[in-house]
Amino acid sequence: MPNSLSRHPRLAALALVTPALAMVALFFLLPLLASVVGAFETPEGPGLANFSKAFALYSRDMLFTLAIIGGATLLTGLGAVAIAGYLTLGECPLAVAALRWLYRWPLFIPFIVVGQIARSFLAKNGLMNNALIGAGLLDPLSATGMLDWRGLILAFAWKQIPFVALLVAGAMASLDRGGIEAARNLGASRPRILWEILLPQVAPSLLTALILSFVTMMSVLSVPLMVASQSPTLLTVDIAFRINAYRDYGLANALGMISLAISATVAWFYLRHSLREKR
Amino acid sequence: MRGKSHPGFDRLGTNGISGSHADNESPKEPFALSLSKGGRFRHGAVFSRFDLIAGLWWLPRALMLGALAFAIFGPLCNLLLWAVAEKWYFPHALPLEYGFSFWGRVFSARGNAWEALGTSVMVAGLTVLASLALAIPAGYALARLKLPFRALILLAFLIPQAFPNLPVYVNVARLFYAIGLNGTVAGVVIVHVTHGLVYAVWIATAAFAAIDRELEEAARAAGASALRAFRDVSLPLAMPGLMASAIFVFLESLDEFTGSFFVGAPDVNTLPLLLYTAGAGGNYQIASISALLLLVPSIAFMLVLEKFLRADVLARIGQ
Repeated sequence: MPNSLSRHPRLAALALVTPALAMVALFFLLPLLASVVGAFETPEGPGLANFSKAFALYSRDMLFTLAIIGGATLLTGLGAVAIAGYLTLGECPLAVAALRWLYRWPLFIPFIVVGQIARSFLAKNGLMNNALIGAGLLDPLSATGMLDWRGLILAFAWKQIPFVALLVAGAMASLDRGGIEAARNLGASRPRILWEILLPQVAPSLLTALILSFVTMMSVLSVPLMVASQSPTLLTVDIAFRINAYRDYGLANALGMISLAISATVAWFYLRHSLREKR
Repeated sequence: MRGKSHPGFDRLGTNGISGSHADNESPKEPFALSLSKGGRFRHGAVFSRFDLIAGLWWLPRALMLGALAFAIFGPLCNLLLWAVAEKWYFPHALPLEYGFSFWGRVFSARGNAWEALGTSVMVAGLTVLASLALAIPAGYALARLKLPFRALILLAFLIPQAFPNLPVYVNVARLFYAIGLNGTVAGVVIVHVTHGLVYAVWIATAAFAAIDRELEEAARAAGASALRAFRDVSLPLAMPGLMASAIFVFLESLDEFTGSFFVGAPDVNTLPLLLYTAGAGGNYQIASISALLLLVPSIAFMLVLEKFLRADVLARIGQ
């Protein structure tokens, strides 16, 4: 430890961290607090008017948001476990290498680009329908676009699967191979090894990754704005609409609080579950 | 996949009958062998029945990989096609005319791509500088010095990523509007720094923690001052990790949409905002060209990530 700091080492260390912490406090925690306070602000003084208006106008979108983000999280989990499982248990080195090279591509593609990609690919005359028609799998007359709840779920999962798969595959790679080899020698099939041996051990990593995904998707504005902004839509679009069209901060903050509450509930279930595991 | 569709082979394979393990490794081989040697080589007659099926076992796997490749590259190809399509409308499967006239228009003196690209790179560069200025001291303190509530402080930087940040940006915009920061580059940079700080601080902490403590102590013992030991020993050794955190922060800033949408638009026009307005106006060519400009650095970084983030640093992130 440097001598000059040794007289008040903890104070010096704190001084080095403080500017960065202040940044988070000033420009994240303070506005977060403002959004909580603002949700209760009404022209007639503090009250619940914003919330009753929010439920009256947007309860359908709240359920829609819950279903879409929940569905996308589920699909992300399934896809990520399948990919990570094959990376860990796959026996053909070529296929494993190909998958390892393939699955990561969307990892750093920004949501705004994902939105544009999904909008062109899943449209009625997008490349997906065109390829299916070309392969004879789809009748041109019955082709429809998927720019609704399906497009939202697919776009979110497309972007989030690599992130969750990366974390889960990392967790699986650090497990002891002995248990896997033993199960395989006893004749267990690979899906069974994945489900009964690997998955329980990497469950904490998987759940953490899925919750981070859930929260991230809850605050993405660009994808719903570009893929499906007609009603029903996600709460993020409603919040942006209240601000841009009406400057209605009260209702926007109430909707923000509701999306915060949804995320907090999910996180709370996870914390309760992981605490029970540790006991 | 394979085990499910052909359970019979798995049973044989795992029972340890001679040669069955090699079949597992390379399913094509037994087929070739049994054809050339009349099915009698090594395996005997028992296997010839399975060998025909074994010869096709790469098929479901190849089909799955092909489907995945289509799911990943299909959308990207669609974007590429839009970027070079001059004319493309329903019901034509592919563009009617290809060309670069939209590129010319976007990058012409009157086009707004240069301006948006310049703004985006400037904002991202300033964000990286500010983040590193904050994260290097913080990361060093978190990695090396005795700090009360260390775990809690580390966790505090995760907060901007762990809460839905749309309601926060709405109120940041309101606050900035009151103090005249709305629609300024400084305002957008502040929002991006706060959001990217978790990468900057966590990776910087891991990078400093991965350095051998004795190197620094040796420099101190040789008479170097604390600052000199830091500047000449710790900082250069932590540089690859700091570079990785800089790239992370740069990309986060380059790609950020929601915060820029509320705080910057319409005065600070970044590339994501240009993409959004072009797409909303139905101009898929310009939207796809700006999406490509955003895509290139993202994919390049994905491909080189492991070179910058060494395993010893990666393993310490968040600890």
